Amino acid sequence: MKKSTTHHKHKKQHGLISKASDWDFELLEKYDHAFAAAAEKFGLDIYPNQIEIITTEKMMDAYSSTGMPLGYNHWSFGKQLLTVEQSYKHGNMGLAYELVINSNPCISYLLEENTMTMQALVIAHACYGHNSFFKNNYLFKTWTSADSIIDYLVFAKNYVAECEEKHGVETVEVLIDACHALMNYGVDRYKHPPKLSLTEEKLRQHNRSEYIQSQVNEIWRTLPKKSKKTDLAKNTRFPLDPEENILYFLEKNAPLLEPWEREIIRIVRKMAQYFYPQRQTKIMNEGWATFWHYTLVNEIYDNGLVNDHFMLEFLHAHTNVISQPAFDSPNYTGINPYTLGFSIFSDIRRICEQPTAEDCKWFPDIVNTDWMKTLDFAMRNFKDESFISQFLSPKVMRDLKLFSVLDDEDHIDLSVSYIHNEEGYHKIRELLAQQYNLSNNEPNIQVHNVDVRGDRSITLQYIQQEHRPLETKDAKEVLKHLYKIWKFTARMEVVSETGDTSTFYECPELEKPVTNTI
Amino acid sequence: MSQFIDRRHSSRHKGAVNRQRFFQRFKNQIKKSVSDAIANRSITDIENGEKINIPNRDISEPHFHFGKGGRRNIVLSGNHDYIPGDTIKRPPPANEGNNSQASNNGEGQDDFVFQISREEFLEIFFDDLELPNLVKRQITKIPNYKLVRSGFVSEGVPTNINLVRSLRSALSRRIAVGTTYKKRLKQAENELELLLAKTKINVNHTPPNPRIITLQEEIKLLKAKIQRIPFIDPFDIKYNNRVRQQQPSTQAVMFCLMDVSGSMDEAKKDIAKRFFILLYLFLSRSYETTELVFIRHHTSAKEVNEQEFFYSRETGGTVVSSALELMYEIMQKRYPASEWNIYGAQASDGDNWNNDSPRCRELLINNIMPMVQYFSYVEIMPRQHQSLWESYESIAAAYNNFSMQHITHYKDIYPVFRELFKRQHDVPKS
Repeated sequence: MKKSTTHHKHKKQHGLISKASDWDFELLEKYDHAFAAAAEKFGLDIYPNQIEIITTEKMMDAYSSTGMPLGYNHWSFGKQLLTVEQSYKHGNMGLAYELVINSNPCISYLLEENTMTMQALVIAHACYGHNSFFKNNYLFKTWTSADSIIDYLVFAKNYVAECEEKHGVETVEVLIDACHALMNYGVDRYKHPPKLSLTEEKLRQHNRSEYIQSQVNEIWRTLPKKSKKTDLAKNTRFPLDPEENILYFLEKNAPLLEPWEREIIRIVRKMAQYFYPQRQTKIMNEGWATFWHYTLVNEIYDNGLVNDHFMLEFLHAHTNVISQPAFDSPNYTGINPYTLGFSIFSDIRRICEQPTAEDCKWFPDIVNTDWMKTLDFAMRNFKDESFISQFLSPKVMRDLKLFSVLDDEDHIDLSVSYIHNEEGYHKIRELLAQQYNLSNNEPNIQVHNVDVRGDRSITLQYIQQEHRPLETKDAKEVLKHLYKIWKFTARMEVVSETGDTSTFYECPELEKPVTNTI
Repeated sequence: MSQFIDRRHSSRHKGAVNRQRFFQRFKNQIKKSVSDAIANRSITDIENGEKINIPNRDISEPHFHFGKGGRRNIVLSGNHDYIPGDTIKRPPPANEGNNSQASNNGEGQDDFVFQISREEFLEIFFDDLELPNLVKRQITKIPNYKLVRSGFVSEGVPTNINLVRSLRSALSRRIAVGTTYKKRLKQAENELELLLAKTKINVNHTPPNPRIITLQEEIKLLKAKIQRIPFIDPFDIKYNNRVRQQQPSTQAVMFCLMDVSGSMDEAKKDIAKRFFILLYLFLSRSYETTELVFIRHHTSAKEVNEQEFFYSRETGGTVVSSALELMYEIMQKRYPASEWNIYGAQASDGDNWNNDSPRCRELLINNIMPMVQYFSYVEIMPRQHQSLWESYESIAAAYNNFSMQHITHYKDIYPVFRELFKRQHDVPKS
């Protein structure tokens, strides 16, 4: 808002781009030009933009295919589509104004029914904000490959379609169901994956299926005669170290899979990996995009390219985007990532430009630095968790009135643990950062052992923390899916904080393991 | 630098395949919903989409996640006056989690509800009946419209300009507008001629008659005015007018006859209902208006409304001819065959009082068959045929617009109509 006080100073009259609220392609291009110029001034580094205007039906389509322009077919996307259609028709939900894809060129979808102002806002938000984030954030740079994702999607779609033709839609569907159930456990959290490339994928795909199969056979060849099952098996675990990427483990080691089945697991795994950075940078990504639509629109306003009418509509929309209901409001759905992200990025700029004594104590490294450089650094080198623990300032905590509540099953009531005061700042910052640490939000489950020499059963371990239990019903269902892929007993153990191990569930239930016949 | 693409008009509906996949997977649940809907709906109301309910537990996609319990700190926004150490009552479990998320893991949550379209609804309905695709297409299509000429209008698109009409109206306009000028012109010319003739005689009279000059000027002016009347004016242009007319535009009446004696149980009635629905759908495609007459009978027949037709029960013996008599009576009174396409559909479990069957045959052959487009009879029962069936067999031999079928399952219904659908193209008569 502080911009509106300064605009009188130097309003250069370049002439307004538009006056009415209807848009056309010529106007879109003019706005895009204006934003491109402003973005260059602020040093935003972006992929070329491909901006597509679509109808609400297409937007719903895009929603239901995880925002991607194409993908393999599966009933769950149909379910998603029906859900979106239903709630949209009943007015329970508005559609997003835009959708943007991490690809090169960066594809953005704009909804046709947006007004001119909204189109301008979303161009600034998606085509300059998100776009530059995709291109420069380290997670996206290391884990995704914007150049080839579209090609890979085409490859995946065709491959799945081929498999459906060869092996039947239902067979493929069952496998994909199982993979989807384990999709969140199909990512490498720390290891570096090679980047996706269509040509290599295709080239390697044939060789790979043979190669993988030979590797799998290698593992299982060590199978001694059944009668000789001794404590030797107990000593040598397979895998030697627990494996967190369950889908990867299945792709490489599941005993009875056909090569095409391994390829499909790989496809789902690659998709999971592709989306993993997005899940880790919600706050940053949205905050960055919001910060830039706000800054870029204000810039063109200062240059006299838009009028007050435009600005009022823009500010109205912007305020809606960053509204944060209080915890006791019926509208509260958690902390709004737009609000939190926008607040932190705006605050970094404030700290650089107008630091207070408090800032000098908390952020000695960034006070009085070039805000553009500092913001750029923050955008490039962090994910939500580290971003919050690095840059969340006491001021933002005060503004948002953050506090933490302890939910302990041993206590009847919840209790307030920290609030935004001197004693609480560090603690709240730490807790909030942890709240965005994905490995805290998902149960820590790893492949612990495969009984290579025995009944070939696979054992997963859930490493419990803070006494938090697994949701039983769903977990059992997932294990049944795992069993469908592994085809021998699938078991889950819980390792408590004291180190005790107990069996949580076994699929098939309380039955003799499947007899070993290959 | 940025490239803009207008994708508003690309028609590809990418979600359609996935939607279909979803239907395929939950076929049984969806079928059940459709089945329930058919049982509860009126025959004439069969063509709307339907809300489908599927229990959430059936469609959930499981994944590993935390259950309730354990210890955790949650950071919230909007603190009012809490200080560390304050306690807050646990919210009741109903509020646990926020709307969308909770529905995946909770028990007894709301069903997954969605709407299917009219086409999808019919598709599923037809699935039970095992209709051939051609028939499905014919029956699901929206009525055809034909553009017919309907006079001329003064607004339209250039391709529809009617030249003759336009020129004719231009001509009449030119006459109408030009007549006064032409009349006056003629007068003026005559007068001028006279005056000129006079001046010729006394050629020596020096002052030229001023009247001549006025006349000459007026003539010049009138000629210019006539000249200025346009040959054609936008006002003259006439366009061919065409209106959409539903095709074919005739009326039909469908008589539903059903035995409601004690032996017709709910299951049989349900099959009968589908039989009537199918005929109704067929007729409502082929005719602009289709009226329904419901006649139920045991020992005596009665005209009733649809509700009573399907849902009230009676017991007692069966005299089929009573229904046929009533049908004939109503046909004569209200639906003369010269104005109506009459269709008869009869459903029964085959029970009849033995001496009545020859009477039925007579009624059909003498009174009814000559008047109707088509008469179909279905016998819904797992047992031996009785006298009624035998009597009807002889009718079927004599008339090719009479069909009969023994039905034990939904899929047996369609063969009754096979002839009818084959003949569809030449069915409507006016």
